[in-house]
Amino acid sequence: MTETSAAIVVRDLTRTFGGFTAVDRITFAVSTGEVFGFLGANGAGKTTAIRMLTGLLAPTSGQATIAGYDVYRQAEQIKRAIGYMSQRFSLYEDLTVRENITLYGGIYDLTDQQIQERTSRMLSQLGLDHAADQFVRAIPLGWRQKLAFSVALLHEPKIVFLDEPTSGVDPITRRQFWELIYEAAGRGTTALVTTHYLDEAEYCDRVSIMVAGRIAAIGTPGELKKEFNAASIDEIFVRLARPTAESEARQ
Amino acid sequence: MTAAEDAVVVDHVSKRFGPTVALADVSFSVERAERFGFIGPDGAGKTTLFRILTTLMTPDKGGARVLGRDVVSDLWALRARIGYMPGRFSLYPDLSVDENLRFFASVFGTTIEREYQQIAPIYRQLEPFRDRRSAALSGGMKQKLALCCALVHRPEILFLDEPTTGVDAVSRREFWDLLDTFKQSGMTILVSTPYMDEANRCDRVALIQGGRLLAIDTPQAIADSFDRPLFAVRAGDRYRVLKALREWPHTHSIYPFGETLHYADKRADASADQIASELRAFLSSHGFADAAVAATRPTVEDSFMARMGAPEGVPAG
Repeated sequence: MTETSAAIVVRDLTRTFGGFTAVDRITFAVSTGEVFGFLGANGAGKTTAIRMLTGLLAPTSGQATIAGYDVYRQAEQIKRAIGYMSQRFSLYEDLTVRENITLYGGIYDLTDQQIQERTSRMLSQLGLDHAADQFVRAIPLGWRQKLAFSVALLHEPKIVFLDEPTSGVDPITRRQFWELIYEAAGRGTTALVTTHYLDEAEYCDRVSIMVAGRIAAIGTPGELKKEFNAASIDEIFVRLARPTAESEARQ
Repeated sequence: MTAAEDAVVVDHVSKRFGPTVALADVSFSVERAERFGFIGPDGAGKTTLFRILTTLMTPDKGGARVLGRDVVSDLWALRARIGYMPGRFSLYPDLSVDENLRFFASVFGTTIEREYQQIAPIYRQLEPFRDRRSAALSGGMKQKLALCCALVHRPEILFLDEPTTGVDAVSRREFWDLLDTFKQSGMTILVSTPYMDEANRCDRVALIQGGRLLAIDTPQAIADSFDRPLFAVRAGDRYRVLKALREWPHTHSIYPFGETLHYADKRADASADQIASELRAFLSSHGFADAAVAATRPTVEDSFMARMGAPEGVPAG
């Protein structure tokens, strides 16, 4: 894979469970260094799609390459080429900051020297030097989120998957967090953001909206607002994803 | 009590958990039939405040009255008159929709049938899934069931702790629309949320952070209280523009805001036109020829940040 190639290329990707099509021939591409918002209502097929893109679930048909690796044949390489951060769970609260970093470094097979170097670099960048030996549960939520993001980047992944990265944090911390994402994107790390918080989607370079297994809209937030003649992504989302009895049945 | 007494009167309430200050000298009141929102991040003290007002916890200092009754000394008289929907899904996951609802009705000595009128707008949406275990419902439906259970005894006041957290945007909007249908019934509703954009669905809101109320007013008045001209800067490479503007001596604040960056100027004596044209000149001289500058209206979130001063501190060493 060359420097300029897309980080994520998906063509007609499909996944069925028995007679039910959870993801129905989705096609899209994400460029290297892009911050891409991957949106959808509950039950729209977003989670199934993400599981395929992260090498956790084999597709039924279609193609996808993630950081140049094929989802059918190279799932293990994909897992090493991506990072993942969830708002719900990312760090072990009963381990210290340093222990968490060491643990993740070990999981990704970094050498002791790499772990040491990256730990001190990360702590000083985050201004957390003096908190290295505190339990994660003792540090404020906003700092935990920033730490979790840095830990997800510890093995220098090509792509980082972020699940509701800023929900529940105060608005200033939230912006510091987006600056970390933009900074990582500027260094060439692609970010795929999933969120229910459509305010958050407005911070992405481009977004896609899944409805009933398909991609119903894709573009920059500005383009989509023009296309749908809407004031916000939230408005577009609600218009496209109005729930039906069917969407509840998909649960 | 007198007919004129507010639905909720909170008087200098403080609460600590060990070294953590959950609420610091909080005072406010909520009028009858008002929809009053608490907007703030996780850990701001919203849940502690709701637990005190619903008689589940006592304050360390200060006092509170709900519907004219003291939340500590009069808790038994109060409990049957309030509805509470906690933040965490708190229904029985192994019971069906109907079983959960029947259980909550029976606790308050009533039945679904007797209260049907009250819960009908929500219950009708749940009815197709009445035999489904509540654990198997979608996030939005779980929330509706929890609201139904909180309403089944016809409370005069409703406390909703982050009812829209974790549900998708469609369900969030539907939930707020549902609350609108109670407007005519005269029920007082206190609701908390970390989502700044939901402030506009409330009559009045309190901004809460670190156990302190930063402001109490209508959402519009809070947004309008932002006291500097505000500009939205659009640029292809917003991160580099952000960095460049941080170095500009006139910058009071610059931060990402959705697709744009929000810029406020330090100078009190400069006109909006002057600021905009100097900003454009600065950006184009720094190689951001594509950058666009436009005046923009401050939002509740801009005001929240201006009032916060500093984010959560770095953990102490």
